[in-house]
Amino acid sequence: MLMSIAIAAGIMGAIGVFSAAFLGVAGKVFAIVRDPKVDELEEALVGANCGACGYSGCAAAAQAVVEGRAKVNVCLLGGAETAERAAEVMGVDVTAEETPVATLGCNYGVDNAHLLFDYRGIKDCRAAAMVLGGGKVCAMGCLGLGTCVRACNFGALRLGDNGLPVVDKDKCIACGACEASCPKGIIKLSSTQLRIAHQQESTECLAPCEATCPAQIDIPLYIRSIAEGDYRQAITTIKEHNPFPLVCGRVCPHPCEAACRRGDHDEPIAINPLKRFAADYEMNLNERILPNRAPSTGKKIAVVGSGPSGLTCAYYLSARGHEVKVFEAMPKPGGMLRYGIPDYRLPQSVLDWEIGGVEAMGVEIQCNTALGKDISLEQLEEEYDAVYLAMGAWKSRAMRIEGEDDYPEIESGIAFLEKLAKGERPELGDEVVIVGGGNTAMDCARSSLRLGAANVYLLYRRSRAEMPAAVHEVNDGEFEGIQYHFLSAPIRAVGTDNSLRSLEFQRMRLEDHGGRPKPVPIEGDIGNMKVTNLIAAIGQGPDLTALGTMVDATKWETVLTEIGTCQTNREKTFAGGDFARGGATVVEGVRDGRDGARAIHLFLNGEDMNVPENYLAKPPKFTGVKGGFEVLPTDTPRVEVPVIEKSERVSTFAEVEITLNEEQAKQEAARCLQCGEVCFKGHRGKRS
Amino acid sequence: MTEYLLLFISAVFVNNILLAQFLGNCPFIGVSNKVSTALGMAMAVVFVITISSMFTWMSVKYLLIPLELEYLQTIAFILIIATLVQFVEIFIQKVSPTLFRTLGIYLPLITTNCAVLGVSIINIRNEYDFMHTLVHSFSAAVGFGLALVLFAGIRERHALCDIPKPLRGTSLALITAGLLALTFSAFKGLL
Repeated sequence: MLMSIAIAAGIMGAIGVFSAAFLGVAGKVFAIVRDPKVDELEEALVGANCGACGYSGCAAAAQAVVEGRAKVNVCLLGGAETAERAAEVMGVDVTAEETPVATLGCNYGVDNAHLLFDYRGIKDCRAAAMVLGGGKVCAMGCLGLGTCVRACNFGALRLGDNGLPVVDKDKCIACGACEASCPKGIIKLSSTQLRIAHQQESTECLAPCEATCPAQIDIPLYIRSIAEGDYRQAITTIKEHNPFPLVCGRVCPHPCEAACRRGDHDEPIAINPLKRFAADYEMNLNERILPNRAPSTGKKIAVVGSGPSGLTCAYYLSARGHEVKVFEAMPKPGGMLRYGIPDYRLPQSVLDWEIGGVEAMGVEIQCNTALGKDISLEQLEEEYDAVYLAMGAWKSRAMRIEGEDDYPEIESGIAFLEKLAKGERPELGDEVVIVGGGNTAMDCARSSLRLGAANVYLLYRRSRAEMPAAVHEVNDGEFEGIQYHFLSAPIRAVGTDNSLRSLEFQRMRLEDHGGRPKPVPIEGDIGNMKVTNLIAAIGQGPDLTALGTMVDATKWETVLTEIGTCQTNREKTFAGGDFARGGATVVEGVRDGRDGARAIHLFLNGEDMNVPENYLAKPPKFTGVKGGFEVLPTDTPRVEVPVIEKSERVSTFAEVEITLNEEQAKQEAARCLQCGEVCFKGHRGKRS
Repeated sequence: MTEYLLLFISAVFVNNILLAQFLGNCPFIGVSNKVSTALGMAMAVVFVITISSMFTWMSVKYLLIPLELEYLQTIAFILIIATLVQFVEIFIQKVSPTLFRTLGIYLPLITTNCAVLGVSIINIRNEYDFMHTLVHSFSAAVGFGLALVLFAGIRERHALCDIPKPLRGTSLALITAGLLALTFSAFKGLL
């Protein structure tokens, strides 16, 4: 008996020892090199292998954190305590990690939305979504059946009175369960860092203004914030997509206002003056309101050109924790904002404050350093992890007329404005002629008036309706005294003794070929006008000579880039703004800067930087109000932007427009319909 | 050949390890919330059951029977299976990181799964030879996977239904499992 027990125990012991030895050897033979941090981190995690983080077990989560795929706050079970221990192992500051919060992308519950039919089936959004999308007119609206509320294990969600889920930000731990449960993708995790990198998609609910804004600013949100008196939130919202609210609030051609739904019925909201109000609030507060800066990544990026596009790119890359250095050829940063926009539209002190904000974000700007002279692209690509080129469009197009280069009184618009920006006040004669119909031409014309020119004429070969300049600029210029000569194109500059005397011009008529009308000369109808100074502002383009053949160019002599990522044919080099677009607007430069920053960030992380599947390259067509819903008129008309006296306007370079006061801003913000793509506030009628 | 085919059909449908023999019920309830996880689990189970039955069969044939220690079968199996799964995990992690990521957490989870042990013991009890053991184990594991994936598919649809409160979660899962077992019992007349 004793013997058989001994044998059994012996055999089992032998199998055990053999197994242990076998595993020991196997462990050595098949050992894989593991970062010791992974083991340390695994110790720091809870060790429950619960999988709530989305990784298969704590070991996999630890691996993901070490590889940078997950943040130190990956463990949901362990909460802040575990995150702190993990942060200690990884040597990062946990407080710098911003936890995303579930955020709803729909503002109108079923009771307030435009409905196609009444859904009365199973009380679950996923089931409802299977029935023609669930009953709302729009395809992306919240169905309000609370699937996300049930999906949340932490009680951070509840259904509010308006039928929409309400997030308790303190309880949300960003597990993403609600996001996964929502069949429409409306509730999403959102953080400053995510919003900075966000590109609009066609599957999102976007207000017409928001979708039209090249910078993709969440306009309804900042206007709502202003209406509620939360100006800090307003400026924060704007700065998540545009670090130049002071500038854009003054000079933006605001296509958003043309798209405004209220504009279909009475007058559009004064969106841009409201942006200026919020931006000036920050400046007058004399306090920088900046987004959270992500922990340092140790990556270095060079930005060439400190115009709106370059500085925007630098600002957002810096916000994501990268080290950014901006190289500027001119003695002062700002690019065309400084050297191309006259003081009466954008005072230099305002620009200085705005650029100070970019510097406060951690961006270093080195002036007097030109690409192609002091530095080369190869050198930058070698020293930095990525390069963003935003050298603008500084080369003016020639008029190609007889005598163009013969007289000192003829100069380009860019050169003229640059002199003004440097503080020079050139003497002009009595008859100043500007050629061109864009914003630069308007700037030259209005500046000439301020320099004391008795007569300022603007020659444009098409008619007023076709002028590329902003409509209010054209009207303001006329009010100040500019004399327009439409349908006229210069053909010959005439002078004596090296001095300009007169200009011959050809009268034109417009021919309709579909699209933009084409100007055609009227045979023999040639006019003549007296001229003392001639300023040509008929277009501008980038100067690519510094780059030679290193980057591919388009047939318009701009840098060829990928839409939405701004990448050039060189892997490490990105380009945007006027440098890639030709003469464009500030806000388009800002868009490129943010797109470029997003792409560069993903590129540096080795992630896919392609635009999202449903990327919205152009604003969608909003064909009025769908379904016959009427906008109710307001008692208050659109606010009149205050301006200074005309006498002061034409004699000094003082800023023409004045910021709205608080009362005006609140009243104007209250006019906003808070549109979604389909729904809006206070419509008349409920069912279509 | 027909014999092996019959063995396969019998193990997958008629004597389904989950629904006819009720072994391995914990993962059946535990990892059947999503079809994708159920698939991962099913793959891991097929893998582990097939390999471990081979080794347990050999250990009985060449170790326990010659030494007349058949009564140690269960305890020896547990040891062997545990060692094997550990080894497989180490091995796959080195050789195929992709497969390791797919099987992931499921491998260690089924180290002490009763279905794994159960299949090994059934092999011995039915006095199968090596080939029969191999085919039977593989088929039983496929049967496990089939039941698990079917069940997960049903439970995914449950998520969309308006279920009375007291029945939500495990209670409905158990009722469904019962109905599924009843359905499978219809295969009884097949052989």
